[in-house]
Amino acid sequence: MTLGLAHYLSVAAILFTLGVLGIFLNRKNVIVILMSVELILLAVNLNLVAFSHFLGDLVGQVFALFVLTVAAAEAAIGLAILVAFFRNRGSIAVEDINVMKG
Amino acid sequence: MIQALFFYLFAAITIASAVMVISSRNPVHSVLFLILAFVNAAGLFMLAGAEFLALLLIVVYVGAVAVLFLFVVMMLDVDFVELRQGFMQYLPIGMLVGLIFLAELLMVAGAWVFAPEATATATAPIPDPAQVSNTLALGQLLYTRYVYFFQVAGFVLLVAMIGAITLTLRHRAYVRRQNVSVQVARTRATSIEVKHVEPGRGL
Repeated sequence: MTLGLAHYLSVAAILFTLGVLGIFLNRKNVIVILMSVELILLAVNLNLVAFSHFLGDLVGQVFALFVLTVAAAEAAIGLAILVAFFRNRGSIAVEDINVMKG
Repeated sequence: MIQALFFYLFAAITIASAVMVISSRNPVHSVLFLILAFVNAAGLFMLAGAEFLALLLIVVYVGAVAVLFLFVVMMLDVDFVELRQGFMQYLPIGMLVGLIFLAELLMVAGAWVFAPEATATATAPIPDPAQVSNTLALGQLLYTRYVYFFQVAGFVLLVAMIGAITLTLRHRAYVRRQNVSVQVARTRATSIEVKHVEPGRGL
């Protein structure tokens, strides 16, 4: 029973699907949507690290580091927008976020 | 053998807590399960030899991002039960889409084989962990060949920091603030006044 690349890729695929499903099911709650995006980015990082390990190439880990940076920045900006929006409208329901008629 | 055991342990807890993140009623519980998922994913990273990234995941996500989520969840006065309406309504079609998506992804993952020359032509081969630690190897790569990307990552974080501050900072009219230039510009003439008080009469 040796661990192969397929093990890591399967775990990452399940995690990615759960993230997509979270966006799909909680489509009213922006906070859970942001958390689902974090799960998706975690799945991507897991893929990058697994490929880095099994190819013997360190560049995958460097790339995962940058994905981590962007994910942290995205979470901070997303939550700041959420707080600013809540102050202005008093709600964070997704269907109320239609000021720009998008 | 023990490695496979730990892999299944970490993977099972990661996936179970990811399920709880998207399905729990209380967003605070969601954030706590997100922390659990990240800690166990860090265990998976550790098993794959990415020690620095594993610890970075714990420091950055559990230490900063998850706490940020927790603050925001507790700060906003929102009826979260109302926001959950429609969950059961979307569940059947969501499960269908999710299962199809998962099946496709697993088909890709299961049929994956490396070309024989793929491992031989690594851009930056991982050195022997007994001689060069993962952190040292990553640093030697990051500060030389990828130094510009490293700088750009720093700028991304700077922009995110400035953006978050600008978005959430507000000046309230009734809050009295310190005005440094006025304080420094005070002279003796503007700050004190000498009165001669006659004895026994008062002002």
